[in-house]
Amino acid sequence: MEKEITVALVGNPNCGKTSLFNALTGLNHKVSNFAGTTVEKKTGETRLSAGVKAQIIDLPGTYSLYPKSADELVTYEILRNKAESNYPDLVIFIADASNLKRNLLLYSQVADLGVPIILCLNMMDVAERKGIRYDLKLLEKELGVPIFSINARKQEGIDNIKSALLNDKLRLTAQYYNLDHVNAQMLDEVCKATDKRNKYAALQFAINASSLLSEKAHRIIQIFEKYSFDTRKFQEEEILARYQIIDGTVRNARLKNTGQLKNSLTHKIDEILTHRYWGIAIFLVLLLLVFQAMFSWSSYPMDFVEYIFGLLSNYIETQMPKGILNDLLVQGILAGLSGVMIFLPQIIILFLFIAILEDIGYMARVGFMMDRIMRPFGMNGKSIVPLISGMACAVPSIMASRNIENKKERLITILVTPLMSCSARLPVYTLLIGMLIPDTAKWGPFNVHGLVLMVMYLIGFAAAILSDWIFKFFIKQKQKNYFIMELPSYKMPVFSNLMITLYEKTGAFVWGAGKIIVAVSVVLWVLASTGPQDNIAKVERKFLPTISNDTLPKYIREEAKLQMNAQKLEASYAGEFGKMIEPTIRPLGFDWKIGIALLTSLAAREVFVGTMSTIYSVNDEGGEETFSNIKTKMQAEINSQTGKPSYSLATILSLMIFYAFALQCMSTIAVVKKETHSNKWPIIQFLYMTVLAYASSFFVFTIFS
Amino acid sequence: MNLTELKFGQKAIIESVTDEALSLKLFEMGLLPGETIMLENVAPFGDPIAVLLSESKICLRLKDAASVQIKPIN
Repeated sequence: MEKEITVALVGNPNCGKTSLFNALTGLNHKVSNFAGTTVEKKTGETRLSAGVKAQIIDLPGTYSLYPKSADELVTYEILRNKAESNYPDLVIFIADASNLKRNLLLYSQVADLGVPIILCLNMMDVAERKGIRYDLKLLEKELGVPIFSINARKQEGIDNIKSALLNDKLRLTAQYYNLDHVNAQMLDEVCKATDKRNKYAALQFAINASSLLSEKAHRIIQIFEKYSFDTRKFQEEEILARYQIIDGTVRNARLKNTGQLKNSLTHKIDEILTHRYWGIAIFLVLLLLVFQAMFSWSSYPMDFVEYIFGLLSNYIETQMPKGILNDLLVQGILAGLSGVMIFLPQIIILFLFIAILEDIGYMARVGFMMDRIMRPFGMNGKSIVPLISGMACAVPSIMASRNIENKKERLITILVTPLMSCSARLPVYTLLIGMLIPDTAKWGPFNVHGLVLMVMYLIGFAAAILSDWIFKFFIKQKQKNYFIMELPSYKMPVFSNLMITLYEKTGAFVWGAGKIIVAVSVVLWVLASTGPQDNIAKVERKFLPTISNDTLPKYIREEAKLQMNAQKLEASYAGEFGKMIEPTIRPLGFDWKIGIALLTSLAAREVFVGTMSTIYSVNDEGGEETFSNIKTKMQAEINSQTGKPSYSLATILSLMIFYAFALQCMSTIAVVKKETHSNKWPIIQFLYMTVLAYASSFFVFTIFS
Repeated sequence: MNLTELKFGQKAIIESVTDEALSLKLFEMGLLPGETIMLENVAPFGDPIAVLLSESKICLRLKDAASVQIKPIN
């Protein structure tokens, strides 16, 4: 029988916890919800020996067990309840050795809960550079806990931890802070009210319950009032007393210390990157470089993906028996998938840059620089991280807003993050920009595509900021707001960490988008190739004599075929649907074909391109150009009523603005519902973004036409 | 004097945090009485500021820094 133990990783933010998690579990991990809750957990498996596996839970970084933000709450919730199935058998506490005192504050709190714990000292090299070294044997003795020295980023010392996890003798518990000064009778009552035997765990839980107003709060507040117990004062005394104990321990075990506060390399880098005048300019240049890279590096891989899909569809088309299944696979699913997967290289480049900026510690600096700008709009420097990573995908970004302490600032950040142009809009923008401007256009050293794209991102950002400003007046605020954030020292990016992040993020995109696209493509293909009554057959009967008449010149027959395909689509169910909504979108300059794409991309924006591919490929039945550029096809299309191109400048711009503002993403709606614990906010968000999109598109179309 | 009056390169000892709502958060982050503090960077527009503590670097707004009482070291 295989044995499995549950191990939780706990530590301050930026202590190297994720690096250790990656080193322990590799790609063998997943993100899921704790059973029956909306709290998300990141777990991974690692094999310790032939008969023992460890389930590793990565908990969000926190500074104390008195949670002040939503992510700190997650960690607290796991550690507070022994009866919970995810309660760890053992905690691995990761401490940044270069910042030991503050890290040990949380360590001592967790240890006092009575959970078995081992201590890992990470970043010893950084500490050495600061002139700090510890006598680990002495520290181990003073703290009474097994200590392991690791370098998580270089994956050093990991095997020692694994064998420590197997050693039951290492399950020590220590007690650091004693509660002798607290009224013993009150402690008894608190223990009874909270069902806990460990006095510190009981009191700590009671204090949090009274401030979070969670379960049992009423009873606990009564007890505190009876003994006139001041929770804030207690916490302050607790923190200071713990620091005092830690200070003594750390001082004894410290071998070498220059004892001087001095400017480090990080300071020198910050002098440049967060410069009073140049800091923001440097940030904008960095962004511009990212967009340029997205275009100039991605063309070969994009051609490659297109080539692969071409081969695949050719293979299926020729090897499989002709018939409905063949048509469905090639013209429905593959056409839809290829339309979006072609953009994978650009999405990977964007994800990679954002991961690098986070990994080296630059993102925190952007928050530092932008706080003053964000403040008047009801946000906070910490909001910038969700907003910037919102350029990759709104879903993880909305979850990244959990470290914003103030509830109103967090809510506003969540509401506007989907206005940031995410990678799902990228395929739509790229296609539409490509129809306006040739790929090769340059403006000085810059690719014009990249510049226009950056303008689209800036429009998204401006809309986000302005919406914030409006929301600020509608959302009530009681909580104190502040911006206190650590600026971690700069680190070199670690290749394996970046690759794991990239794998997770792009994996989520491919599967998430892939599933929706396949489903939508199938439905769409069916709707586009069947129609009410025998309308489609009628169209065929009308044109077939001309097409099959060998005596007519070739161009007339080709022309007839195009006409037939267009009319067939119009006669199909999809065409009927599109026509049904056409009156509502005509003021925006959209025809019924765009209407179909708008409907199908309600679930996910990138489906727009897939839909266009499917529509135009169904149109092109049997031809060799199934995968030829849909851009060219759209450009070539002539509106049968006006005789002008269907995609005029005004229509394209209006379409781009619509996609910039509309909330066409099921995943975002789901995550907002989860993070706000309400139905109200996702509904408000969907409505305000739809109104914004419709009004702005109408405005743009009217001006340009 | 308070933290907003600290000049670049000048060191000081933290004496107290007068804002009760902030003190817990600041203490947890390592900004607590008795620690040495130094001004390191100022963001564009002069606010917020980044300060160096003995082991870490944190940033905070001027309005919050005003509640941190310090004594300069000569």
